[in-house]
Amino acid sequence: MSILKPKTTQAIGFGVLIACIIITILFLGSLLYFITSRGIGIMSWQFLTDVPRKAMTEGGVAPAIVGTLYLTIGAVLIALPLGLITAIYITEYAIKGVIINIIRLSVNNLSGVPSVVFGLFGLALFVKYMGLNVCILSGCLTLAILILPGIISASYEAIVAVPQSMREASLALGATKWQTIKKIVVPTALPGIMTGVILAVGRAAGETAPILFTAATFYMRGFPNGPMSETLALPYHIYALMTEGTHPDKQRAIAYGCAFVLLILVMAVSALAIYLRQRQRRKYG
Amino acid sequence: MDNNLNETVRVKADNINFFYGSKKALNGINMDINANKVTALIGPSGCGKSTFLRLINRMNDLIGSSRIEGKLLLDGKNIFDKDVDVVELRRRVGMVFQKPNPFPKSIYENMAYGLEIKGIKDKKFIDEKVFDSLKKAALWDEIKDRLNDSALRLSGGQQQRLCIARCLVVEPEVILFDEPCASLDPISTRKIEELIIELKQFYTIIIVTHNMQQAARVSDYTAFMYLGDLIEFGHTEKLFTVPKDKRTEEYLTGKFG
Repeated sequence: MSILKPKTTQAIGFGVLIACIIITILFLGSLLYFITSRGIGIMSWQFLTDVPRKAMTEGGVAPAIVGTLYLTIGAVLIALPLGLITAIYITEYAIKGVIINIIRLSVNNLSGVPSVVFGLFGLALFVKYMGLNVCILSGCLTLAILILPGIISASYEAIVAVPQSMREASLALGATKWQTIKKIVVPTALPGIMTGVILAVGRAAGETAPILFTAATFYMRGFPNGPMSETLALPYHIYALMTEGTHPDKQRAIAYGCAFVLLILVMAVSALAIYLRQRQRRKYG
Repeated sequence: MDNNLNETVRVKADNINFFYGSKKALNGINMDINANKVTALIGPSGCGKSTFLRLINRMNDLIGSSRIEGKLLLDGKNIFDKDVDVVELRRRVGMVFQKPNPFPKSIYENMAYGLEIKGIKDKKFIDEKVFDSLKKAALWDEIKDRLNDSALRLSGGQQQRLCIARCLVVEPEVILFDEPCASLDPISTRKIEELIIELKQFYTIIIVTHNMQQAARVSDYTAFMYLGDLIEFGHTEKLFTVPKDKRTEEYLTGKFG
């Protein structure tokens, strides 16, 4: 039995929705404000292009920016083909049954593993067992495993959402199954796959734990030279600046600067990906 | 059944049984389908007419756990033989589906797709085929200025005619229509029907339809199917005016269906 009129409950429901949205925006806005207001002061051309100087109390963070770009791009380049091909196999080729359910369950569970566990796994497998040592490549591989489940899930959902009628149309014109997948299914699913990549980029760029033992170094004078080199990376650099060193005040300012740069970096990549996705949708939506 | 002595048989069904799992969907179908004619398949939902249609380009291959007995001959060759290349078969037997299904690409890309997958790169040849097929499908005048627009921006009727044109590019011998007007308005439907009649001089056409008037308007031959059986098959005019089987008459007069 309801004592409230439907119109009243609707008004209350609507109010709750608005309140939730406002709270969400407030959190996001205050985070942006907090980081920006503390980080923007230190921004300068030198900060973005110079190497750290005087035990990280002066100079810039360019090697960390470059390192994060390397790690992120490398991880996506490894994980995207692997994840996409896995998703294609699950959706288009595998016969539905127990094995598929096990694969999907594994993928879902993988996304629930804490990132520090990936870090330890990367240390054991890539750094020690495969002997790659602490380097960008080890970090890329570790981050790739971390973002793999997300890319598989996003690709899977996007491919499943391609109407069966598209596949039929292609096959009926005399296309092979592979041509249908390559020319029709994947391009049609591309906006959805891109969404997965955007999220993956954000995650790979921001994670600290997986690179802690596999790629990142606490202090470095210059830029990393090649994939077998250690590197600075923004998230770990922030951590190092806040916990180590001799001049906490100067370092804190640089840390906020790093946080600001990381934020801008991730937002820029997302914006680019969203733009590409929208253009694709507008063209053929 | 009629004797068609002076007609060429293009598609011949020889005692076809078809099973979805353990369920029998087609019951010993025998049918001679003539070249350059329109053959309509009618009957109530679930009678097997779409199932039969989709055998002719082996679209039912996509369904696991299905089984087929008997022969389906295209120009005398059984299409279920092991040595038949299904890709090649589908180039010879085109299909237009119930709902227009253009790809989310431009009109031109939709048209060129059938040639692209054949590995044809000659731009001039492709242009020629694309323009030619659009003209054949009576779509050219409407869309010639916006070939690079998304095919999804066309109206439903235009989309369906684009799908017909797209299948003409591959130069099939047979075209299967699976209720092509089911989702279209009467004006678009009329255009498609006119097109089908126009196209039969070049192609052998088989059309599944729920609309008996449509069957009467476009087809030369009509097959009435019921519960997986072919009940009656003959000249459309005869079947509609003097049906031999009581069930055909009942269906045509709306007593069931």
